[in-house]
Amino acid sequence: MTTVVTDNCQRCRYTDCVTVCPVACFHGDDEMLYIDPAVCIDCGACIPTCPVEAIYEDPIPEEKRRWIAINAERAPRLPVISKKQEPYPGAEERKKQLGFE
Amino acid sequence: MSKLGTARNPVRAAIVGSGPSGFYAAEALLESEQVVLVDMFERLPSPFGLVRSGVAPDHPKLKEPIRVYQQIAGSPQFRFLGNVTVGCDLTVEELKACYHVVILACGAETDRKLGIPGEHLAGGHAATEFVGWYNGHPDYRDRVFDLSHDSAVVIGQGNVAIDVCRILCKTVDELRRTDIAEHALEVLARSRIREVYMIGRRSPAQSKFTHQELRELGELADCDPVVAPGDLELNPASRDELADRQSRASLKSYEVLQGFAARPAPTRRRRCHIRFLRSPAALKGGKRLEGVALMRNRLEGDPFRQVARPTGEVEELSCGVLFRSIGYRGAAVPGVPFDEERSVIPNRDGRVVEGESVVPGLYVTGWIKRGPTGIIGTNRADSVATVTSLLSDLPGLSAGARSGADGLSALLAARGIRVVGWSDWQKIDAAEVLRGEAAGKPREKFTRVNEMLEAAARDTRRAERAPAIG
Repeated sequence: MTTVVTDNCQRCRYTDCVTVCPVACFHGDDEMLYIDPAVCIDCGACIPTCPVEAIYEDPIPEEKRRWIAINAERAPRLPVISKKQEPYPGAEERKKQLGFE
Repeated sequence: MSKLGTARNPVRAAIVGSGPSGFYAAEALLESEQVVLVDMFERLPSPFGLVRSGVAPDHPKLKEPIRVYQQIAGSPQFRFLGNVTVGCDLTVEELKACYHVVILACGAETDRKLGIPGEHLAGGHAATEFVGWYNGHPDYRDRVFDLSHDSAVVIGQGNVAIDVCRILCKTVDELRRTDIAEHALEVLARSRIREVYMIGRRSPAQSKFTHQELRELGELADCDPVVAPGDLELNPASRDELADRQSRASLKSYEVLQGFAARPAPTRRRRCHIRFLRSPAALKGGKRLEGVALMRNRLEGDPFRQVARPTGEVEELSCGVLFRSIGYRGAAVPGVPFDEERSVIPNRDGRVVEGESVVPGLYVTGWIKRGPTGIIGTNRADSVATVTSLLSDLPGLSAGARSGADGLSALLAARGIRVVGWSDWQKIDAAEVLRGEAAGKPREKFTRVNEMLEAAARDTRRAERAPAIG
């Protein structure tokens, strides 16, 4: 089982996901968040909270599968993000661009 | 007087309950900018609430949050007072006198009844009792479940219902190396159940289980999932529901069900039948349960507002045991306002209210705040919200120093309460892990309170003797 953050997360910083993570498995750089697969328990709590549907769980669609390795590689090297942050300026526009109201 | 929330006058906080909502409240308090000392009260000697006694034994990953709770408990500003029942051993008033703030995080421990004839018959149970029993909860240690009939019925289609079905359908070999209670494994080993029926009153589009839990029913060693293709026919409103973006998860479940329906005829020893659009009308039997009358339903109403209405068609299903799994229910805490209708403690943003007015210093979080919905992580956001309310109220609270648990120890001792501290729990924990080793289990739980208390005491004596040896 795997749960991954994918490209829709870039430049948003809504971070609703981190508020419901029971094990604090989200990490982040300036661009986006990543899930540490060694810590994530695949409970799926974060998935419905993402306003841009950036988080996928098994079965992960083919075009998103490259994010499995990216999450696993980057997450452990970045600081944990466990508290809600302010969305980035422009997050709302990006959300609309991605097709979410 | 020193300012409240400083090292000289720390905020004294009591948390009642040691499940996820209690621990996430403790975490939020300890991470705040105030100096807070947290005392967590738990009626059992063991902490972790439903993560220990609700999460299924064959889902060890979902118990991982315990590691997070252990870290929280390791804070020097945290104390655990297990084996203390607030509302019985100690009143909420007595607690309030010793703390600036009290957070009730006691969950929803009882269950909802079906409210139909025959519910008193032996053989009808709450799923929560069965779950507590196979998870070794002391309250359910002596429950008896008769698995000698070939059919079992589970009413409800949430994740608890699926857990019950899966435990009934798994082979003993599939459960042997989990932390399932020994007494449950023995009974399950003798189970004669071949058919398990999981009954839902609405259609697959409204099912509450997650697709992951559902998918697991198709991956069991000696059980086939059975879904009648006719049960997957949806009315137009349900089709609209599944087409909606917010139904992504339900759509995945529906696809799993389609996969089950398309399977070849079952060949394994057990079958798990998933049936929709049926409500129990009565439990049948003389002295004990012999069957259940199911009323066929149809759905009426607009998408996302459909209700199940009986068609008048009734069918009977023979069974020797039935589990109702239609939701947990909160119980009132003596001395605290309670909303009987919703079975929650009435509150505004986590502040307990009595009528229109806020009860100062009293807060609520988790299932007893919002009702029994959501999963483990949902409680983290909920507890952060309650603690945010609490912290913003601090300037208005009386800043007088409070004693915390130190002021209660004489009272508890006089009442004959043996308080189980965190180090006591660690000894119980270690003893359980040790008991499990021989059988290849992650732990063998103690299922009686006195066994836990003995384990805590026994280990202490050994530890005291140890220096003399060296």
